[in-house]
Amino acid sequence: MATDVAGGEPEHEQKVVEVEDLVVRYGDREILHGVSMDVRRGEVMVIMGGSGSGKSTLLRHLLHLERPASGRIRLLGHEVCGMDDLEWTAFSRHLGVAFQSGALFSSMTVGENVLLPLREHTQLDESTMEIMMRLKLEVVSLAGFENLLPSELSGGMIKRAAFARAIIMDPALLFCDEPSAGLDPVVAASLDELILRLRDALGMTIVVVTHELDSAFRIADRITVLDRGHVLISASVDAVRSSDDPRVQDLLNRRFEEEVPDPEEYLSRLTGERFEAVD
Amino acid sequence: MAAPEDRAVARPIAALGRRVALGLDAVGYGASLLGQSTYWLAVGRRKRQPVRAAPVAREMMSVGVSAIPIVSVLAGTIGVMLALQGIDALEPFGAQDQVTFGVALSITREFAPLITGIIVAGRSGAALAARLGTMQINNEIDALSVMGIHPVRYLVVPSLLALIVMVPALSIWADGLALGAAGLYVTSDLGMTFPAYLDGVRAALEPGDVIHGVAKAAIFGALIALVAVVNGSQVRGGAEGVGRATTHSVVQSITLIVLADLIFVFAATR
Repeated sequence: MATDVAGGEPEHEQKVVEVEDLVVRYGDREILHGVSMDVRRGEVMVIMGGSGSGKSTLLRHLLHLERPASGRIRLLGHEVCGMDDLEWTAFSRHLGVAFQSGALFSSMTVGENVLLPLREHTQLDESTMEIMMRLKLEVVSLAGFENLLPSELSGGMIKRAAFARAIIMDPALLFCDEPSAGLDPVVAASLDELILRLRDALGMTIVVVTHELDSAFRIADRITVLDRGHVLISASVDAVRSSDDPRVQDLLNRRFEEEVPDPEEYLSRLTGERFEAVD
Repeated sequence: MAAPEDRAVARPIAALGRRVALGLDAVGYGASLLGQSTYWLAVGRRKRQPVRAAPVAREMMSVGVSAIPIVSVLAGTIGVMLALQGIDALEPFGAQDQVTFGVALSITREFAPLITGIIVAGRSGAALAARLGTMQINNEIDALSVMGIHPVRYLVVPSLLALIVMVPALSIWADGLALGAAGLYVTSDLGMTFPAYLDGVRAALEPGDVIHGVAKAAIFGALIALVAVVNGSQVRGGAEGVGRATTHSVVQSITLIVLADLIFVFAATR
C-alpha cells in the first residue's frame, strides 16, 4: 500500500496526520467533542492535557483501536476510519507505536520482541533480521540486552525496547504514549533525547501523548492541548506558552481548576436515576 | 421516577436481560472467531499473513504432548473402573465375560473423548484464557494490531488448530490406554488371556465407534479454544479479571463439552 501524502506542498508542510471533527461517545457520554488537529511531516507533535482530557482516547482512535461516532482521520494520506480490520492490518505496518506500558510480549526475549514485525512482514533471512534488530537496539542504547526477558528489564529499559520494536520497520509515523510517565527525571530526559534523535536522524514524524510538561516542551515542535474533549490550542511551542487562554495557562502553571457539578447531573450520577429540576 | 417496588421487580429482569445479551454476544463473537480463523487459514498466505507452522507445532506440544501423562493416568484409571463396575453389574447374570463388549464401546464412544476434553479444558483452555487475558490487560493484543499482525491469525488460529488436532489424538491415545488397563484387570479377574480379551474388543468395535469418539473430540477441541479465546479477550480489571476469565473458561468449556456430547450422541444414534 502506498503511503504518500498529497503532493503539491513543501515536504515539511505536508500533513501526515489529519483529524477533522472527531466525535467519540461511550454510551451517552461524549468524550471528544469535534476534535480537529494535524501533524506535519518530520515534526514532533505533542498531544497534551490533564487526566480525563481525552488524549488517550484520541490516540486509541488514531491507532484504529476504537471507532469514532463521527469525524475523519487521515494517516499518511489514507482515510482510516472507514478501514475494516483487514485493510488496517495491511496499512498499520507503516506505523510504529510505543505503548505506555511497553506492551512487550512477556514470553519473548527483547530480541524476539524487536524481531517480530520483521519476521511477520518481511522475507529477510534470519541473519539479516538479527543485524537489523541489533542496530535498533543500538539506537535505543540497549545493545547486548537482546537475550533478556521483559521481566528482567527496568521500566526505562522496557520503554526503550518498545521504541526499538516500534522503529524496526522504519515507520514514517511513530506514536508514543506517555513515554516518560513513571520514570525518574534522568531516564525520562534520555527518552526525550531518543525521540529527538529519531526525528533528526531517521526523519520520522512523531506524535507523543503526554501529560509531562517538562518533557513536552523539551521535545515538541508543536503542541496540541486538549481539555475535556476539546482542543484548546494546536500551535507552536512559543504560541502555546504565550496563549492567553486561561485553561491553557492553568495547565501550564499546574493550577487545579475545581469542577462545579451540575446539581441534577450530580444527583443522577449518585442514584443512577434521572432527575429533573422542578420549577 | 419509578416507585421502589417497581425498581425491585425491574432490576432482576434487567440483570437477566443483560446476562442473556452478553451470552448471545459471546456466542456471536465465538462464531466470528471461527469464521475469521477459517479465513486466515484459507487466504493468509495470499495476504502475506500466513499461519506459520512453528507456533502451531508449539501449541500442539503444549496442549497435546505435554498432556500425555495426565491423560494416561486418568484413562487407565477409568478403564480399570469400568471393568470393575462392568464385572460387578454382570455377575448376577453370570455374564461377566461380556464385560469386554461394554468396556470397549463405552470407552471409545464416550469416556475417552469426554475425559480427554475435560482434562484439556482444565489444563490448556485455562492456560489459553489466562495468557490472552494477560496480553489483553498489558496492551499486547493492541500492540499486535498496530504492528499489522492480525491477532486472530497470530494468536487464535494456532491454538484452535492445535486443539482440533490434538484432542482427538489424545482421545485415541486414551482409547488405547483405557482399553489396555481394563484388559489387564479383566484378564486377571476372569482368568481370560489378553489376546482373547483383544479379540473380544475387536469383535465389539467397528470403525464407526472410533470415528464417533474422534469426531466428538475434534468438536470438543474447537469448543475449548473458542471459549478460552472469548473469555481471555474480554478480560477487564487486571489480575482479578484474568482469574475470573480463567475460571469462566473452564466451567463454560466443560458445560459446553457435556452439552455438545449429548447433542452429538442424540444426532448420531437417533
